[in-house]
Amino acid sequence: MPKRVVFPHRALPWALVFPQLLITLVFFVWPAGQALVQSVLLQDAFGLSTHFVGTENFRRLVADPNYVHAVRVTLVFVGATVGLAMAAALLLAAMADRVGRGVVVYRTLLICPYAIAPAVAGVLWHFLFNPTIGVVAGWLQALGYAWNHVLNGGQALVLVILAAAWKQVSYNFLFFLAGLQAIPRAVQEAAAIDGAGPGARFWRIVFPLLSPTTFFLLVLNLVYAFFETFGIVHAVTGGGPAKATETLVFKVFNDGFVGLDFGRSAAQSVVLMAIVTGLTVVQFRYVERRVQY
Amino acid sequence: MVEPRPGLTILTHGVLSLGVVLVAFPLYVTLVASTHTAESLLSRVPLWLGGHFWENYRTVLGAGMRAAGGASVGTMLRNSLVMALAIALGKIAISIVSAYAIVYFRFPLRMACFWTIFLTLMLPVEVRILPTFKVVADLHLLNSYAGLTVPLIASATATFLFRQFFLTVPEELAETARIDGAGPLRFFWSILVPLSRTTIAALVVVLFIYGWNQYLWPLLVTTDEGMYTVVMGLKRMVTVADQAAQWNLAMAAVILALLPPVVVVVLAQRWFVKGLIEPEK
Repeated sequence: MPKRVVFPHRALPWALVFPQLLITLVFFVWPAGQALVQSVLLQDAFGLSTHFVGTENFRRLVADPNYVHAVRVTLVFVGATVGLAMAAALLLAAMADRVGRGVVVYRTLLICPYAIAPAVAGVLWHFLFNPTIGVVAGWLQALGYAWNHVLNGGQALVLVILAAAWKQVSYNFLFFLAGLQAIPRAVQEAAAIDGAGPGARFWRIVFPLLSPTTFFLLVLNLVYAFFETFGIVHAVTGGGPAKATETLVFKVFNDGFVGLDFGRSAAQSVVLMAIVTGLTVVQFRYVERRVQY
Repeated sequence: MVEPRPGLTILTHGVLSLGVVLVAFPLYVTLVASTHTAESLLSRVPLWLGGHFWENYRTVLGAGMRAAGGASVGTMLRNSLVMALAIALGKIAISIVSAYAIVYFRFPLRMACFWTIFLTLMLPVEVRILPTFKVVADLHLLNSYAGLTVPLIASATATFLFRQFFLTVPEELAETARIDGAGPLRFFWSILVPLSRTTIAALVVVLFIYGWNQYLWPLLVTTDEGMYTVVMGLKRMVTVADQAAQWNLAMAAVILALLPPVVVVVLAQRWFVKGLIEPEK
């Protein structure tokens, strides 16, 4: 609901908005526009000439087996990370909600991964699973399972998924816990009086009431898994071995900065922009509709 | 808990403790590794603390891995601190005034400004790396604190949080302020800002962590080792090319890299949970 009482000044609001607007235009809008433009251009190998090629960069992307592979890797990675992070967080939050006193202690302990950078989380897990000296790798080898994520692509993917999910669980946990604590006890008590056990109470009453939080977290987790996990891949596996962990966001960086193929990298950026725009619009629409001022 | 069920209570604590162990275990192993010598880490990492805590940390903070091509961790920590503080304070400062302008004034193109700012939510750094890098390079901002911080300052989450909050501030406050003859800046500074304390506190925590944990952007924008930040510099310590990685020093650096944000979060837990979760409910 817009404000009824406003100030009549004309120049002042412009001055107030100016810094943010300026930075936004210079560092966000202008580069994004450039990416759009670059994505329809083709440069020669020395960068000396460019010419307009329309959607050719995009068509070549779709036909490129490496790109399709990266899409598949990304889908697996995103699906597994989001699923794991949300399920584990929901379980922990449901348990923490039952605890009553001591919630703050558990919450303090479980909150730490939120503060840890994805790249650092990746390094931590890489160290645990290091084939030569890693503690967990040692246990796996003692159990007869040969773990070497430097050579085995599937294992490398599992490792980055674990690191990414581990980090995100605490963020989800916070929101799930707050959502659970907001559900009135009376509803659960009424169900208990009617004879519902704790399991039935959870799945048929609490979980549906939690759905706004779940939806909100789902979108946020998707954005996290698509974009913020660049650090994990770059620091731990470098996209390898043999591109087994090359996610879309990593590919943009690799093709652009390392491969110096600007047109292709720009086209990939545009695709990613479309994805994140879709997710953000969905989230904003949903949140705006539900919030009352 | 609706009815007492001892079996379920035991399960509850069991699951939670397991969760805590899973969270703490990687951190514990890293801490242990940082207290041993490099030789004892050539085979399996032991699970108990070694005795070289101070020695390792001192080495890492001072000379660091300079011999192996890394920068001194002390320098990197300083860069991270400057970057994190600049981003946190910078973002809050420009967002709060923007949100104020958009909510409390009527000016031409007001909604256009709003949507332009909204656009930034859809453009995380990862989708515009090359062109933003080019802009920063053209402005001669590479390898500088300005280049590290300014391009990250304008995103819209803080603006939205403030806008959301301002919309819930009762009309009467602005009315009485105007009746009493207060101008907009006075109203802003003396009434609105103090009211926004919780939101500001939560944002300081969230944005500090965001700034400290930046990885991709410092990676692109700094080539001079003296400007590396600690989170991005870690990779170079962990994957050293031509010698066995000095795991004990690398892990000491990891602990140093993750300590400040964790300390901030644990201490400021209450504010930040409130400020983050309240607006979403």
